[in-house]
Amino acid sequence: MLKIIELIGRTIIRFAEGIGQILTLLLQVLKQMLRPPFEIRNTFKQMLEIGVRSLPVVLITAIFTGMVFALQTYTGFKRFGAEAVVGTVVALSMTRELGPVLTGLIVAGRAGAAMAAELGTMRVTEQIDALETLATNPIKYLIVPRLIAGTLMLPALAIVADLIGIIGGYFITVGLFDTSSIVYWKRTWNYLETSDIYNGLIKAGFFGASISLISCYKGFYTRGGAEGVGKATTGAVVLSSMTILISDYFLSAWLFK
Amino acid sequence: MIEMINLNKSFGSNHVLRGVTLRVETGESMVVIGGSGSGKSVLLKHIIGILKPDEGKVLIDGTDISALNENELNELRKKFGMLFQMAALFDSMSVWENVGFALMRNKEIPKKDIKAVAVEKLKLVGLAGVEDLMPSELSGGMKKRVGLARAIAHEPEILLYDEPTTGLDPILADAINDLLVEMKQKLSITSVAITHDMNSAYKIADRIAMLYKGEIIGTGTPDEIRNTQNPVIRQFITGSSVGPIKIEGVHNERNINRT
Repeated sequence: MLKIIELIGRTIIRFAEGIGQILTLLLQVLKQMLRPPFEIRNTFKQMLEIGVRSLPVVLITAIFTGMVFALQTYTGFKRFGAEAVVGTVVALSMTRELGPVLTGLIVAGRAGAAMAAELGTMRVTEQIDALETLATNPIKYLIVPRLIAGTLMLPALAIVADLIGIIGGYFITVGLFDTSSIVYWKRTWNYLETSDIYNGLIKAGFFGASISLISCYKGFYTRGGAEGVGKATTGAVVLSSMTILISDYFLSAWLFK
Repeated sequence: MIEMINLNKSFGSNHVLRGVTLRVETGESMVVIGGSGSGKSVLLKHIIGILKPDEGKVLIDGTDISALNENELNELRKKFGMLFQMAALFDSMSVWENVGFALMRNKEIPKKDIKAVAVEKLKLVGLAGVEDLMPSELSGGMKKRVGLARAIAHEPEILLYDEPTTGLDPILADAINDLLVEMKQKLSITSVAITHDMNSAYKIADRIAMLYKGEIIGTGTPDEIRNTQNPVIRQFITGSSVGPIKIEGVHNERNINRT
């Protein structure tokens, strides 16, 4: 019994320590972010890596999600004669939920893993120490560009995902089920509010910042060789994904009152 | 001049440095020897301020580096160059970008001239035609040379070498030793090297200090160290497994058989 309490206590302490370390890192990152010189070239490089290079997989995910969503809603809603609202359902789900969350999960798996692995390898091969000896603050040089790029590129990817998802829904509803094209678009635009779109994008920005911060934290504080890099990478993806899914609930409850 | 005064450093319950006091004169080449895990790398990282002491201080030309703010510390670090054990080249950059990294950051030289300077520094360490390669395309010995070129590119006053010959074959190791001696003569810089390679220590040192159990237990010129009567230093420099230094976790049977 005592051992169980001890274990619970230790887990809570470790969890609190982790949160504290991430927040301390965030403070340092914000401080470095405001201080010139600005790492513009590095930031563009990371925007290319996180944003542009994630685009193909985001497009494929979005179009198929939109398609399957239209397919399932159409056949399901037909049971009570509501198949005309498919366009609305797809548009609302994509902009408010699926666009930001799926993009977040994809970027966590792709770019988050890459960040943790790259920074982790740099740590265990002393490249981060080498940066310091060359009078370069590693937080400024490595983490600030990734945090900015993540925060900006996730909303950009999410809005593309929203649009492509809605187009995927169109293909199925209009192409497969012969609904009129005018009805689909009318249903989509009539009930969609701008707040659905921009609140979804705010969530995406938060997810982007979380993925970058968590993955950089995991990579930056890697210990113990190749195994450590592996653990950091897995940890980054798991923790980023969990953060996206859990914070999504609370952000949605707050933004879409 | 580098002064380390009563340096203490612990990692958790592991007390690595226990009051290290050592002074390196300007222009001097100091080699710190000691076994694996004796705290040599930790000591080196204190000199350049990557690690901060729990107690004690490091003075560089009289300035206490743990009292500096970040900008001042970065300014001071421009006086330093460091060669890492596994070279620690940035693997996302080409060889010349690695060598020119500090120059690019300091922005003291126009960007278009940096490659030419990098090529010149590479020549100084005996490399030509590798500037456009990536670090992954280089052999271990070449990586060390590129690491050295990067360390000297911004013309530092103090060079730190972390096990410069580890992982190289004896001939390559000797070539690196020659290079370090040559650097010292050409650039007349202060240097601190840590190593457990005695051939290297004798060749590059003006003075040798031995770090044992977190303390400096003796210093002297290479000749003084070679003829020392200190049993711990004697055992280390002759490379014997029998003596006062016990190998951690190894049961020494030869001692038992003799009794």
